[in-house]
Amino acid sequence: MSESPVPMRHGARLPARILIGLAALAGVVALAAVLVWHLNLRDEPDLSAEAVSATQGAAPDHAAQVARGAYLAQAGNCMACHTARGGAAFAGGRRIDTPYGGVMSSNLTPDADTGIGRWTPAHFWRAMHNGRSRDGRLLYPAFPYTSFTQITRADSDALHAYLHSLPAVRQANAPHDLRWPYDSQAALAVWRALYFKPERFEADTARSAAWNRGAYLVRGLGHCAACHSSRNALGASIDPLGLAGGPIPMQNWYAPSLTSPSEAGLAHWDARDIVALLRDGVSRHASVSGPMAEVVARSTQHLSSQDLDAMAEYLLALPQTVAPNVATSAAPAAARPASPQALRGAKLYEQQCVHCHGDQGQGIASAYPALAGNRAVTLSNPANLVQIVLYGGFAPATAGNPRPYGMPPFVTVLSDDDIAAVLTHIRGAWGNGAGAVSEFDVNRHRQAR
Amino acid sequence: MKLFSCALAALLAVLAGASQAAPPFEDSIAQRTLACTACHGSQGRAGPDGYYPRLAGKPAQYLYHQLLNFRDGRRHYDLMTRLVDPLSEDYLLEIARYFSSLDVPYPPPSSAPADPAALRSGEALALRGDPQRRLPACVQCHGQTLMGMLPATPGLLGLPRDYLSAQLGAWKTQQRRAHAPDCMARITQQLSLAELNAVATWLAAQPVPAHTRAAAAPTAPLPLECGSATRAGQ
Repeated sequence: MSESPVPMRHGARLPARILIGLAALAGVVALAAVLVWHLNLRDEPDLSAEAVSATQGAAPDHAAQVARGAYLAQAGNCMACHTARGGAAFAGGRRIDTPYGGVMSSNLTPDADTGIGRWTPAHFWRAMHNGRSRDGRLLYPAFPYTSFTQITRADSDALHAYLHSLPAVRQANAPHDLRWPYDSQAALAVWRALYFKPERFEADTARSAAWNRGAYLVRGLGHCAACHSSRNALGASIDPLGLAGGPIPMQNWYAPSLTSPSEAGLAHWDARDIVALLRDGVSRHASVSGPMAEVVARSTQHLSSQDLDAMAEYLLALPQTVAPNVATSAAPAAARPASPQALRGAKLYEQQCVHCHGDQGQGIASAYPALAGNRAVTLSNPANLVQIVLYGGFAPATAGNPRPYGMPPFVTVLSDDDIAAVLTHIRGAWGNGAGAVSEFDVNRHRQAR
Repeated sequence: MKLFSCALAALLAVLAGASQAAPPFEDSIAQRTLACTACHGSQGRAGPDGYYPRLAGKPAQYLYHQLLNFRDGRRHYDLMTRLVDPLSEDYLLEIARYFSSLDVPYPPPSSAPADPAALRSGEALALRGDPQRRLPACVQCHGQTLMGMLPATPGLLGLPRDYLSAQLGAWKTQQRRAHAPDCMARITQQLSLAELNAVATWLAAQPVPAHTRAAAAPTAPLPLECGSATRAGQ
């Protein structure tokens, strides 16, 4: 069928060629679609009734399974996204802003019509492991199944059992508010073909049981890579296992690298300090704020000491990298004369900051963090500093730090220019060697609120 | 000598102005809540601009419920929400009790010129309500002296007019909410904007009485059911 059987004038052969080309193109597109669809169905579970009952039959004591699921839901911080502010627990309705529009979290309570009441453990497992909903729709990776894919079937079943033990809340899921083409299932299928593969956690037998447990929690339910890795232009994590840090989209915070000595690298920490930070929100070296304060408040403070020890062991053993900002950062400030901006900042520091953070940036132990030698101060990306000065905040209230001290907001007190000056001062004083902060750096955070 | 340097330090602190005064660090609830007093004024006596209200001396249960309202989205102010979000209910209650326990002087009443007709209308609504519209008077729930009623109803005197009219307006438009049944929502929705402004104007012009504490909890039912007042008793 490649040639027309009827003799034609010279010029008439061209449409046939175009047709051939189009047919070939259509074939390629069809093949690509088949490939994409095939890639989207990898490692899918059997949803048949026998398979469902088989897993249910194998389930351990139901009460223990529910309790385990409750614990795992905290480890995964499911509630943070699946509960609207002031809304019923796990009933969804919270808007998660992404660079592509808003994703609305879904109702996880066992209401039959609006929640997951009709979901079998196999449906739930397919959502966690494969990122597909009960009705077959592909799920948006704002739900971090790119991490949750690593969890075991037993843990998925426990989560399912726990969610089914909750009071059913009738609350219909709100539609997502994504822009074209991100709102189409076809685009999502292509994204998944490129960036998602269902995975099963493989224990590393050369490592200890604790390291493996830590790896399972950090890579899987903990979904630490959702923030602590950078994303490409299509929102896919680059090197999610590396935890090399990155900007948190839309929230305008920077999740520091857990592997870089100049950011939040932990290699020289004592494991007890990592545990303290995750459990109490404060440790000898640091305290948490912003999105990590939420993680500690809602998730990690509730983890068992065994699991926290395991996470610490895993994080301690992460291969250390040298962040690019170390190579490019300026010489220590002691070696440079202070700029007029920094001098103005020093005056503001005397008026506004010195009472708590000290004249040498030494802070006050167990109340106010030192600024001298503080890696959160000298991060090359000043986003977190600007956020903290503009909007203030408390460390999370935890059993180990039940009555935290607060940092006042300065958004109504200091101008962008003033905040840039005071931050430039503290980033260059007392041996700190980080670069200046511009009025623009401050303004973009003020505008973003 | 020591006394002299203390006196000098105190004098310098006064000269530096109340907002600049920095007592030495101590492990106290006042120190822990400097993030609150940065806007709400020293000891929670109110910010200078009429926007950040007084906290000192308000009923603890009222303050506690406002903290929860900001956390749970019934009141909207992003700075407040961010501050209270990571804190436990135990700690929020401790903070509320601390500010409730403070007894600091009130500002003088507003001396801004006001329309006499508005003052008359505001006074009538505050003291007598409007029985024809089944509107209770402010004094029926906020205390005969309008300094609040335990356990959870705030005082209305010693507050700036702008703050009062902003809150009444926010209630009318449902920007500010309380636990259901939301009695203030019902009341403000029956009032015109002119009436809301009249009440705010009259309240802001009243001097604070000598006894500034909230009245004892009522023994008879309130004229309207208020979800926040009911919950506070639990």
